[in-house]
Amino acid sequence: MAENDAMPALPKKCGPYISSVTSRGMNLVIRGVVLFFIGVFLALVLNLLQIQRNVTLFPPDVITSIFSSAWWVPPCCGTASAVIGLLYPCMDRHLGEPHKFKREWSSVMRCVAVFVGINHASAKVDFANNIQLSLTLAALSIGLWWTFDRSRSGFGLGVGIAFLATLVSQLLVYNGVYQYTSPDFLYVRSWLPCIFFAGGITMGNIGRQLAMYECKVIAEKSHED
Amino acid sequence: MTLTEKLRERISRAFYSHGLLCASYPIPIILFTALCILACCYPLLKLPLPGTGPVEFSTPLKDYAPPGPGAGPQHGEPGERPDWYVGAPVAYIQQILVKATVSPWQKNFLAVDVFRSPLSRVFQLVEEIRNHALRDSSGVRSLEELCLQVTDLLPGLRKLRNLLPEHGCLLLSPGNFWQNDRERFNADPDIIKTIHQHEPKTLQTSATLKDLLFGLPGRYSGVHLYNRRRVVSYTVTLGLQRYDSRFLSSLRSRLKLLHPSPNCSLREENVVHVHFKEEIGIAELIPLVTTYIILFAYIYFSTRKIDMVKSKWGLALAAVVTVLSSLLMSVGLCTLFGLTPTLNGGEIFPYLVVVIGLENVLVLTKSVVSTPVDLEVKLRIAQGLSNESWSIMKNMATELGIILIGYFTLVPAIQEFCLFAVVGLVSDFFLQMLFFTTVLSIDIRRMEVGTQRGPGPGEGAQPHQHTLHSQHTLHSQHTPHTPHTPHTITLQPSSLRNLRLPKRLRVIYFFARTRLAQRLIMAGTVIWIGILVYTDPAGLRTYLTSQVTEQSPLGDAGLPPMPVPGGVLPAGDPKVDLSVFPSEPMQLPENRTQQREQQPGLEPNQHSWAQGAEGRGNGQLELGTEAEVTWGAEDEEIWRKLSFRHWPALFSYYNITLAKRYISILPAIPVTLYLNPQEALEMRHPQEASRYQPFLAGRPDTAAQPEPRGHQDLTLYKVAALGLASGMLLVLLLFCLYRVLCPKNYGQSGPGRRRRGDLPCDDYGYSPPETEIVPLVLRGHLMDIECLASDGMLLVSCCLVGQIRVWDAQTGDCLTVIPKPRLRRDSSGIFDYQEGWDPSPDGKNGLEDSFESSHQLKRLLGPPQPPLFCDQPDLTSLIDTNFSEHARAAESEPRLRAVGARHKDSGYDFSSLVGKVY
Repeated sequence: MAENDAMPALPKKCGPYISSVTSRGMNLVIRGVVLFFIGVFLALVLNLLQIQRNVTLFPPDVITSIFSSAWWVPPCCGTASAVIGLLYPCMDRHLGEPHKFKREWSSVMRCVAVFVGINHASAKVDFANNIQLSLTLAALSIGLWWTFDRSRSGFGLGVGIAFLATLVSQLLVYNGVYQYTSPDFLYVRSWLPCIFFAGGITMGNIGRQLAMYECKVIAEKSHED
Repeated sequence: MTLTEKLRERISRAFYSHGLLCASYPIPIILFTALCILACCYPLLKLPLPGTGPVEFSTPLKDYAPPGPGAGPQHGEPGERPDWYVGAPVAYIQQILVKATVSPWQKNFLAVDVFRSPLSRVFQLVEEIRNHALRDSSGVRSLEELCLQVTDLLPGLRKLRNLLPEHGCLLLSPGNFWQNDRERFNADPDIIKTIHQHEPKTLQTSATLKDLLFGLPGRYSGVHLYNRRRVVSYTVTLGLQRYDSRFLSSLRSRLKLLHPSPNCSLREENVVHVHFKEEIGIAELIPLVTTYIILFAYIYFSTRKIDMVKSKWGLALAAVVTVLSSLLMSVGLCTLFGLTPTLNGGEIFPYLVVVIGLENVLVLTKSVVSTPVDLEVKLRIAQGLSNESWSIMKNMATELGIILIGYFTLVPAIQEFCLFAVVGLVSDFFLQMLFFTTVLSIDIRRMEVGTQRGPGPGEGAQPHQHTLHSQHTLHSQHTPHTPHTPHTITLQPSSLRNLRLPKRLRVIYFFARTRLAQRLIMAGTVIWIGILVYTDPAGLRTYLTSQVTEQSPLGDAGLPPMPVPGGVLPAGDPKVDLSVFPSEPMQLPENRTQQREQQPGLEPNQHSWAQGAEGRGNGQLELGTEAEVTWGAEDEEIWRKLSFRHWPALFSYYNITLAKRYISILPAIPVTLYLNPQEALEMRHPQEASRYQPFLAGRPDTAAQPEPRGHQDLTLYKVAALGLASGMLLVLLLFCLYRVLCPKNYGQSGPGRRRRGDLPCDDYGYSPPETEIVPLVLRGHLMDIECLASDGMLLVSCCLVGQIRVWDAQTGDCLTVIPKPRLRRDSSGIFDYQEGWDPSPDGKNGLEDSFESSHQLKRLLGPPQPPLFCDQPDLTSLIDTNFSEHARAAESEPRLRAVGARHKDSGYDFSSLVGKVY
């Protein structure tokens, strides 16, 4: 009933798919699915960017090269991004400091573009050595955080995610499930944490923006009551 | 005052004066900015256009030596040599171009005889080449040492495994179709099928296997059943690792000795080096496309925020133009100062846009729009600029700082990017300040003009003028003070009202009325279809050409750009007739090939056909008994006619990339083969005699035969059909788009959102589209508006005082004022008050007589009024009382505050409302 009442009062610009669902569980699921697919898509594209470097391209290989990495990598990335994207707004709520900095889709798009750019740089630009690469990427990632996030909680969570993800990938490598082409620092590509950090910030940004709709809907509901 | 504050104030003052300047002289400033942009983009003209096409550079064959690995030029002017011409090439390509024909031709030969025996000679030729060795003082050198050794094919190409060489020399010839095995060839019942079995079913632009092995484009090979010239061409392609001039020249002279081509005039002077750019594959394209999609999403979400301006899309366009031209300016400036961009422009472009960003533009717009509306445009712009000056400067400084940090990463690519970004940022700032601000001021002014359409000629003097005007109308229309006098509501004829539209709109309406655009587009479409039909490969022109020349050139050379002049002449033309001229002295060497010696009777008929283009169309049409292989200009560097992906495709099969590298193509070695009919007969496969009918050369009915042509023709027809179909589709699509964008019933756009009756129409039934509707300010009421009603042409409003005004809904003129009679009797009268009325727009005037109005309002609680007018037309049916629909319209008129919706038919009963307020 409440749903029906809330319907006409919804602002028009709200996407009908997210905003029409006001029950929190459904909203959560939809957000999770959206984030999952964004994560899968980004994983595929960025993976393609990474392998381009070592591959000469021939038409029959292209399609296979998209799926050349293990099949479970994109789903894992998708799941991770869904978790991160849901975790950020959740943490904001628990800490009681709603994120207000640059809350609009254009800023989120900018953030995603910068993230892809960081990946692009790590894949395409020739660095003199790995230290330089890692330092540059670290600076870029922190710049990303400062430009689009600027919240301490976001930074902390990003660092945590980067650490965890690096640990997991390290374990995978140790067990021989996955392999790097050229590990440079303690069996890890040293730039990996930076990428994970930037990815965490980006997915968190998207998740927060998606959560905005939920907040709006809930606020409107309470307003009507 | 701290330093920051001082700085802040100074900045804001500077921005204020700048805004004033921009808004005062918009046109000169825009012109100046455009000039600046053009000047900065001028160096871009020198840059080569980005493309992936190969680049050529030729050096003379004489004393050619591969360039050294360093940058140091060895000979020639260093300026002429391209910068990629360093180091050894990936490979040297040596092609041996073979032309073979069966001569003399006998009439009972089959079509397949044209190419069967010539092709069979390839095995012998390949053997000769393979076994060639040069013996000199330094020892014996064979081809094996020189040639490019290839390894495995890529694993994805298993089906080509038997066809392309592996683990050995890169030597390609048509013989590869039969694994270089003559027995296989002899046992093959259907050569055409063997050759075409690996052709792709779909159309594709890259090299096919047939092209690779023949080494020349399919239609030049002559291996099809309708080969009228009966000359078969193919090449043996050699890939060489090293360049050994002595070995190659010995090979050349030996082949020339064995198979002389007496009338060959091919120039053999230049080595052509072909440099291939980096190819953009699908795998590289996907991330690129993704970044562009993100970029467009960013631009979309940004420009969506622009609001409250006259034309949203115009401003969004201006914003995008600002960003793009600042990028162009940055590239242009960087090239001007000697920095050639090495980065891939298309790749970094989205990132540059994202870095430069549209934020400033949006912030500016928002700030200007949020300034008080009643200020002058100049002042609004200036104030809006100065309000945001601090944040703009701060953002700019931050971004510059970040980029500076990036510059110190000391990675060349990032440094270059940062340099571009810095110049881009600065030029973007420049454009924002000059170009965008000015565009914004023009836009705001347009909006202002649209709001106050009509009366005010100038901006500054407008308020006074307006007062005078309104007073004037009030007086003129209300000289009779008796309430029962009929109130004349004069509605000007629509043609007159039409005159009040601005010129720009009148032009547009004229276009719309006459459907000029529609007719132009239709005419253009008709012309375009005509051109399409005329130039279509399978279309009119070819048909006409073939009609004129009585021969169908389709199978031979596709679409000849011009009908060969000689081809129009009748076949008996003396110039092209054989055996008329005495034979030229032959300079054949002593050791001519055996098949030539077997036909000594033919020699007097030898005839130089070096300029074969003239007579080649119908040279063999006549009797067809003797044949002559001609070498003409079209055989010169025949590899040029191959797809430009030919060599990259060939090398990519062996996992060798040609991207950013080059190959050197040596001049081809001509080889001419003549085969006698006996050999051709011996070569014939037993099955072929039953399958093919005799070759109908030279008979006119061949052209009229409805049989399917060869493979090439089919492809051609496919292309033609596809082109025609896509053209039709395009036309249809354009038509549909046109219908969607410009429907015939203009103004009825939003389906059902607004009824047609709501909009004012002119004589032609044309009503302006919704987008051109701007809020109309109706001035004159003293107090808050209570009710609004409209029938489309008239707008009736009533304020708290009880005064009713009738407005022209289109022009906004007050047509009639109907005062409340009792009110005028009691108080000093509305018009007395009106004399001193100062039209300060925000409705503050109501405050001054708050006492009086409250006094008057209390009177309203009295008994309902008797009907005011008896002789007025009954408008109740016309009055739209559905106020919920009008509420939105009323909101957009900031000065009219429609408080609520009240029904009107029982006089002016505000009791409920007033009771709630007081």
